[in-house]
Amino acid sequence: MNIHEYQAKALFEKFGVPVPKGAAAKSAAEFDAALALLPEGPTMVKSQIHAGGRGKGTFTNGFKGGVKFCKTKADAKAMAGNMLNNTLVTLQTGPAGRKVQTVYFTVASDIKKEYYLAVLLDRATSRPVIVASTEGGVEIEKVAHETPEKIFKVYIDPAYGLADFQLRQLTTGLGLSSAEAKGAARLIKNLYTMFWETDAAMVEINPLITTPTGEVLALDAKVSFDSNALFRHPEIVALRDLNEEDSKEIEASKFNLSYIALDGNIACLVNGAGLAMSTMDIIKHFGGNPANFLDVGGGASKEQVVAAFKIILGDPNVQGIFVNIFGGIMDCNVIATGIVDAVKEVGLKLPLVVRLEGNNVNAGKATLAASGLTIVSGDTMADAAQKIVKLVA
Amino acid sequence: MAILIKPETKILVQGITGDFGGRHAKLSLDYGTQVVGGVTPGKGGQFFEHKEHRVPIFNSVHDAVAATGATVSVVFVPPPFAADAILEGVDAGLDLVVTITEGIPVRDMVRVKRAIAGRKTRLVGPNCPGLVTPGTGPNSHGGCRIGIAPGYIHKKGHVGVVSRSGTLTYEAVFQLTSKNIGQSTCVGIGGDPVNGTSHLDVIKMFNDDPETHGIILIGEIGGNAEVEAARWIKAHVKKPVAGFIAGATAPAGRRMGHAGAIVGGAEDTAAAKIAVFKECGIEVAVTPSDMADALLRAAKAKGVTLT
Repeated sequence: MNIHEYQAKALFEKFGVPVPKGAAAKSAAEFDAALALLPEGPTMVKSQIHAGGRGKGTFTNGFKGGVKFCKTKADAKAMAGNMLNNTLVTLQTGPAGRKVQTVYFTVASDIKKEYYLAVLLDRATSRPVIVASTEGGVEIEKVAHETPEKIFKVYIDPAYGLADFQLRQLTTGLGLSSAEAKGAARLIKNLYTMFWETDAAMVEINPLITTPTGEVLALDAKVSFDSNALFRHPEIVALRDLNEEDSKEIEASKFNLSYIALDGNIACLVNGAGLAMSTMDIIKHFGGNPANFLDVGGGASKEQVVAAFKIILGDPNVQGIFVNIFGGIMDCNVIATGIVDAVKEVGLKLPLVVRLEGNNVNAGKATLAASGLTIVSGDTMADAAQKIVKLVA
Repeated sequence: MAILIKPETKILVQGITGDFGGRHAKLSLDYGTQVVGGVTPGKGGQFFEHKEHRVPIFNSVHDAVAATGATVSVVFVPPPFAADAILEGVDAGLDLVVTITEGIPVRDMVRVKRAIAGRKTRLVGPNCPGLVTPGTGPNSHGGCRIGIAPGYIHKKGHVGVVSRSGTLTYEAVFQLTSKNIGQSTCVGIGGDPVNGTSHLDVIKMFNDDPETHGIILIGEIGGNAEVEAARWIKAHVKKPVAGFIAGATAPAGRRMGHAGAIVGGAEDTAAAKIAVFKECGIEVAVTPSDMADALLRAAKAKGVTLT
């Protein structure tokens, strides 16, 4: 689960990670009250959406830049009016963009130097890793590729926690002055505590800055959480912004379906994540384009199958459906009955190819055949995939 | 022979009184697996009854081990309590703890993995379908089925299967059995980013198992476990190996069902992993329908008989 920058910075402050003073506004009527919390002077105006590349983004009304520097608070107020309720398109939003529903004002800090700092899980060691770099404000993947010697990592032993010597390794690597190092060590330690205690999946500060007066501040904040751990963090769940999520994905999650929209025209309905991924792959392999990832899970019920069909058909790009079920434990006939009921209930007009395999498969195939519906049967995944690709082409 | 479990292995079910655990305990009993006890704190002294079976339930894994001599447990305990259940199995000195539970917080698994480092217990999973060592009876009856895989699709034989995904494992096993090629052991290591047993761990065991003549390695996007396994195979494995990677069409940065199935960088894409497979002499299945055939191609090239 992702949160907005202004929410992340509120968490930072709670855990003792210094940030520039800021205030958020959700309507034009709130601009004055928010700006009143900041001192007069240079102010940043930042569009709040769950996507990167905001500074270089363009609004659909032609206005350029989702993050702007303003010399005065009056300028900042006018600038915020250009952003709020308009749709911002960045490299990460896709062409549809995201509507800016919150604007965040912050004091514009004097920057001495920019750095990079992140905490995340290292899968190879099964430990949290802190990644720091002297190259801030740019893409860290690029730094890792071109100048790996400018990246410093420490791996945290979960039994002990972050050790002081590791903090020294990081601040020395970053080449900080002793006064800066003291502030940076405190910041990193507090950031790690936040990562650990909130069950964050990733915390990223890009850039982390030093100022001419020796302060160390988080200028930006990107935070995501482990969705498996949300059950023990109601305070994090409260930060969820449904406006930032695909409405079909939200609907799917209500039925315990795992759905992700893609831009193709062949919808898939599959049991199991691995099989669902490879169903998309095999459609592509035979020249088609998958419209979604959809995993109905191991024990799909009739209600889930019906809900899945409705969600799939909510995508106007869909021109055909590929149902791929390996019913290891579940009875293929139950699934077949669910498919027939679902097709009748939603009045499906599009081509449908079903590949059923596993437990009681012959009864399942008979149910499909006897339904009077035009359901094309596929014997193997490859056979079924070729059939749906041909029907949709 | 097989790896990790044999038909006579005695197993416990942690969470046997839950719907999910109970349903699969029954299927394992039907398969002929030695389910000798259940564990549910507070329900010790009761029995789990199924047909002619009357499986005693214990309050703790320690009690169950002492009474039954079980060496393996399977964990169906809900996510908030699963880490504790795993640690209890490790503390009781089991050889193997297989964790089926999906949705355990990553932080819990980071702590568990650290806590069990150096202990004798091997953890498989979490978020995995479990393991099957097929038996010699009809539809492989009489084997050891731990977890949620369909037992009947298996056939006793000489191919080892290791995978992060349940349904892709079944797909591979079904293809093998349809071609009359049996399996030594099938191991689902699970789709989470932090798990107890890696692809490489299982590959090493298959390599050492004289009854395993060929291996199918099924992976997906995210992490570098498949690459690590492939490089070791190139250096050490003489047996034929076929590989498949799911997620070639998955968009970057999105979690594809499995918590661990997410592309984070250039190296954990399907294309990158497939390239490493090829470089390491692993016969790549071009589609999931091609997994058994890919292994047959690899076996033919090496002059190995799989049946």
